[in-house]
Amino acid sequence: MSTAAFVMLGFLLFCLGLFGVMARRNFIVVLLSIELIFAGAGINFIAFSALWHNMAGQVFTIFLIAIAAGEAAIGLGLLIALYRLKHTANVDEARELKG
Amino acid sequence: MTAISLLWLIPVLPALGALLNGLFGWRFEHGRRGVITAVALASTALSMLLALWNIVTLATLDWAHLPALPANVTADAAHHSLSLHLATWIPVGNFLTGLGHTGHFNVDWLFVLDPLSSIMLFVVTVVGFLIHVYSVGYMAHDTGYFRYFTYLNLFMAMMLTLVLGGNYLVMFIGWEGVGLCSYLLIGFYYTKDFCADAGKKAFLTNRIGDMGFAAGLMLMLYWFGTLNMAQVNSMAVSGAVPGWVITAIAILLFVGATGKSAQIPLYVWLPDAMAGPTPVSALIHAATMVTSGVYLVARSNGLYTMSPEALMVVAGVGGVTALYAASIALVQNDIKKVLAYSTVSQLGYMFMGVGVGAYAAGVFHLYTHAFFKGLLFLGSGAVIHAMSGEQDMRKMGQLWKKLPHTAKTFLIATLAISGVPLFSGFFSKDEILWQAHVSSGGPGHFPAGYAQLVWILGVVAALLTAFYMFRLVYLTFFNSNRVDPEVEHHVHEAPKWMTIPLWLLAVGAFAGGYIGLPKIWLGGHENTWEKWFSPVLFHPHGAALEHAVEHSAAAEWGAMGLSVLVALAGIALATLWYYRETGTPSRLAATFKVPYRILLNKYFMDEIYSAMFIRPLLRLCEGLWWWDRWIVDGVVNGVRNLTVGASYGSLAVDRYVVDGAGVNGTAATFKWFSRLNRKVQTGQFQHYALGVVAGFVLLMVWYLYR
Repeated sequence: MSTAAFVMLGFLLFCLGLFGVMARRNFIVVLLSIELIFAGAGINFIAFSALWHNMAGQVFTIFLIAIAAGEAAIGLGLLIALYRLKHTANVDEARELKG
Repeated sequence: MTAISLLWLIPVLPALGALLNGLFGWRFEHGRRGVITAVALASTALSMLLALWNIVTLATLDWAHLPALPANVTADAAHHSLSLHLATWIPVGNFLTGLGHTGHFNVDWLFVLDPLSSIMLFVVTVVGFLIHVYSVGYMAHDTGYFRYFTYLNLFMAMMLTLVLGGNYLVMFIGWEGVGLCSYLLIGFYYTKDFCADAGKKAFLTNRIGDMGFAAGLMLMLYWFGTLNMAQVNSMAVSGAVPGWVITAIAILLFVGATGKSAQIPLYVWLPDAMAGPTPVSALIHAATMVTSGVYLVARSNGLYTMSPEALMVVAGVGGVTALYAASIALVQNDIKKVLAYSTVSQLGYMFMGVGVGAYAAGVFHLYTHAFFKGLLFLGSGAVIHAMSGEQDMRKMGQLWKKLPHTAKTFLIATLAISGVPLFSGFFSKDEILWQAHVSSGGPGHFPAGYAQLVWILGVVAALLTAFYMFRLVYLTFFNSNRVDPEVEHHVHEAPKWMTIPLWLLAVGAFAGGYIGLPKIWLGGHENTWEKWFSPVLFHPHGAALEHAVEHSAAAEWGAMGLSVLVALAGIALATLWYYRETGTPSRLAATFKVPYRILLNKYFMDEIYSAMFIRPLLRLCEGLWWWDRWIVDGVVNGVRNLTVGASYGSLAVDRYVVDGAGVNGTAATFKWFSRLNRKVQTGQFQHYALGVVAGFVLLMVWYLYR
């Protein structure tokens, strides 16, 4: 399998996540999409780590997974706060910062 | 020599009396008027005694062997004068005079006792004291008793300052001070309009004269570099100062004298001044203040001797005034008005005397006049007092028996003023007329015709004087009884407070002249008066002492005979027409209607002055008011309107340009832009995320295709 295929997979996952973040209304889905972006980025790290036989990429990926877990925790905290305020998980409802 | 050291107390004592009565007199106004009387009389009496002591000291002083003098006293043996230097008043310092010398503008409180000031001192204190005594009786029933004596004492203080001042500026203080007191006392009954108006008239007329005096002093200071009288006069006779300067100063001083001494053209205030209480008329407007002009001329004899032109003016004005005022007095009906015009006329005589260079004769008449005219006024006061305030002689008559003391003393004074031999007025008036007659050879150097003219004016005035004075006596004390029956009940002789001064003055009016007997009576020797007076005179340097042109004794006897003759003629005429009710005067008045009306209305001089000066002045003032109202105020208002207009403009600029375009404009621009900007802020994070992605894509595109 060539490196390009892995990079392409990472790119697709990133684009999928990006779309989810921007287009979906449910905050849980948005969080899932962010996880997809993280996954895309992690695949990219691993692909280039394998290409140049450098283990640093794989170590970064481990960190990335840890950060993703922290991010998911913060995101879920925000979700709960949002739900308490608006009684919904729909991000369209949260527009308090509108100018 | 202690007397001279106390010279300054002579004016200060009455001033102290004025201060005491002025501050505390009101407490004693009701009830204990004796306190006011005591203060006023004690201060003037002490002042009089001090003055007499000083005069005796001066008279007995041995000039050849002067005793030791106090440190602040200097003696001038040539002029028999003692100067008391009390303090420095205005130490301004040195300046350059018109002659290029160094002048000293250092004015001192300098009091001078010399023969001339001693004569004035005698007159002012003695007559002043007697009139104070008389006033006690006269003012007994008037309100404002303390005010009256305050003013009277203040007047004494000022008059004595005037007399004793050895410096023209010190004299000027007294000069202005007596003017002030004159004003206050003329307007004493200030609730009556005509009294207040008369006071104002006197004050304003005197202002004109005093302006001349002040201008003379400035000129004097500039050219002579000093205002010390002795220095100025000796400098004048030394010939160091140009003649025109001396003439200008002398005439300016004379302008001051015409104001104060009621000479043409500034005499108009004196007849009106009779609105004051009668003792005031006697003291201020007959005996003392009005003679200060004569005193000024006699005091400045050094200046006048050097200026024949000024002497000519003085003698001419004096002569014309003497005749002019006497002619008005002929037909007046108010007893005090007759005396007022008589005073103006007699003052004219005095100026005629000093004007022809016979300073001794002029001052001699001043001295005798103070007694007889003071007495006449006091007598008229007693008559008015008896007549319950009536002053119109047409409502008097037959008072001889009812007012014995007043009538007799009045007659003595009338004989004196008419120039009947052996009475004081005869000696002084005759001396003046004789000196005028021979004045072509005197310091005046008049053209012959001029001296004769002055002499004729004097002789005719003497005729009129005898006539109108006896007319006055007859109408008041003889003739028919025209007294209002209402008034007649109350006619009573004056109290002793008034009659005793009358008799004392009568003694003076009779005997006062004997120290100045005519030379020919003494076989050509100088009389006491001239011996006493002559050191006062300043004689021109260089020129040999002028010997009086010899005149034959016959001429002098003849002149004397003539003056006796005109006096007797005047008396005879008055007796013929007025001793009994004859009807002749009214027939004459009807025949000579126009001259009679002119005289009765005082030559319409008040009306002429009103038309010539007062109304044009008022019109000028109205014009100035108009100028002020429309032009000056117009400019001010215009500037105001301009400012208001400008501020409206400024407001508009502020509101529409600064606030509008500037401040609000900025705000509006920001608001507009932020309204656009607000659209971007949707509050939805997905839109922001889209922005981030779009930005990233754009950066990528730019990076790849740059």
